[in-house]
Amino acid sequence: MNSFGNITAITKRELGGYFSSPVAYIFIVIFLLLTGTFTFLFGGFFERGQANLEAFFLWHPWLYLFLVPAVGMRLWAEERRSGTIELLLTMPITAWQAILGKFLASWAFIGLALVLTFPVFITVNYLGTPDNGVIWATYLGSFLMAGSYLAISSLTSALTRNQVVSLILSVVICLLLVLCGFQPLTDFLAARFSPAVVDTVASFSFLTHFMSFTKGVVDSRDVIFYLSIMVFSLFTTSVIIRSHRAG
Amino acid sequence: MLVSYQTFMIRVENLSKAFGPKVAVNRISFSVEKGEVLGFLGPNGAGKSTSMRMITGFIPPSEGKITVGGYDMVADPIPAKRLIGYLPENAPSYADMTVSGFLGFCAELRGLRGDEKKKAVNRAVEMCFLESVYYQSVDTLSKGYRHRTCFAQSIIHDPDILILDEPTDGLDPNQKHEIRSLIRRMGEKKVIIFSTHILEEVEAVCSRAIIIDRGQIVANGTPQELKQKSDLAGAVLLCASGVTAAEVTDRLANVSGARKTTIVKQDQGKIWARVYPKSESRNGELARAVHQAVQGWAIEELHTEEGRLDEVFRNITLPDTAKEETK
Repeated sequence: MNSFGNITAITKRELGGYFSSPVAYIFIVIFLLLTGTFTFLFGGFFERGQANLEAFFLWHPWLYLFLVPAVGMRLWAEERRSGTIELLLTMPITAWQAILGKFLASWAFIGLALVLTFPVFITVNYLGTPDNGVIWATYLGSFLMAGSYLAISSLTSALTRNQVVSLILSVVICLLLVLCGFQPLTDFLAARFSPAVVDTVASFSFLTHFMSFTKGVVDSRDVIFYLSIMVFSLFTTSVIIRSHRAG
Repeated sequence: MLVSYQTFMIRVENLSKAFGPKVAVNRISFSVEKGEVLGFLGPNGAGKSTSMRMITGFIPPSEGKITVGGYDMVADPIPAKRLIGYLPENAPSYADMTVSGFLGFCAELRGLRGDEKKKAVNRAVEMCFLESVYYQSVDTLSKGYRHRTCFAQSIIHDPDILILDEPTDGLDPNQKHEIRSLIRRMGEKKVIIFSTHILEEVEAVCSRAIIIDRGQIVANGTPQELKQKSDLAGAVLLCASGVTAAEVTDRLANVSGARKTTIVKQDQGKIWARVYPKSESRNGELARAVHQAVQGWAIEELHTEEGRLDEVFRNITLPDTAKEETK
């Protein structure tokens, strides 16, 4: 109960922090603009002539690559820069509650941005009769994937007091995790290594695990993959925060 | 919440902290009782902030034990932290929040909700005179207000223990005065530890002072006791007119109980001289002896000095070589 109260308090504050600056609005506008542009211009939503949102979801791993670390970069870097981390961690709360509260706030924020893409959902339902089950599954996959990006951003944010450094680090790490399942790279690997190696590398990719969601399959293995990325990254965040304090 | 028979609210034993090879705090031990206002003194980088950060549970000690209100800070940090209100150095606060939002958030982390929270925020706002900026965003505040906002945060849950890292740093004299009187007022019922560079503050507020230098406690006592360590303590200052310096030194050389005599300054026919006692001179003995010796002179001033804290501080904390240079 008490820990739940602490987490809610931190989540509330953090969310308020997003909306008290223009960052939140800029992010949402850019996110919606980019998803729209990519869906209709590059994804060929209309040209496909299919009642599904593949053209929309196709771009999510790539859009998240830059947008999500931008949301997560301030989580700990800002606390460290301004010294408020000292305030936060001398409160009668555990570091875990703080880490989780902050993470949940940023995740909820991305969730909100995702909810605001509802016009494409309406559009596709207006134009045809899509399999909405697939669309919900892909939304879930996209949300889980965003959470994984965020958890990694939380980790890199704890590493530094500089938000830009945090941003760059998390983009690089996330890029690696996307690329290891990217077709051209897996083809490249397949030509040189045994299929087992290729599969192992690809199984670490955000892309590979996102693909089954886009087909409407909510496989527990994919869900566990994303959840374990989050747990691992948040755990590492706590280790980093502890080691800073230990000197 | 607090059991009254616990006299030692804070107990620190053999506390050490090393950052890599650099030892910031080296085996310090002390304890503080309820009703005490303890001043932490020391030059920059002496380990004051590091010690306070360990006591408040922000950084874990490399060695040693901290007990706060009976709870071990390392093994059982949550109940220990509950007892403490902490004002970190430079008084950080969330720049993107309003004063009311910030204090509300801190109150929530202290476990206060609803009416309790509202009351706590109002009380802290009142005590720190923040009414006029209540709805203002923290980043639009002047330094003094920002400082007081963070101070308000530290007293929001009416803690039994207050730990203040340079609470008057960067404030104007009026604000300093306010904070000092606040500390003094609250010190009657609480345990307060605060660090400062300002020695007059120690005399004005503290019931006890600890001087830390290079990570170690070099002095621990009431401001009065510390002043006794001064060279000047018990010295007699004499001001006379119409005599020469030679006459003064000559006359005072033979005063019983005097170690040495120095001429402090000469100005417009007046001459100031200081007579240092041989050993601890008892109540005005030296002053009477000096008075005897200079009978017949026109005395403008004659008094026994108390000793000065800044001199004690310098003597204790300056490395020996630097001490020679300043003499």
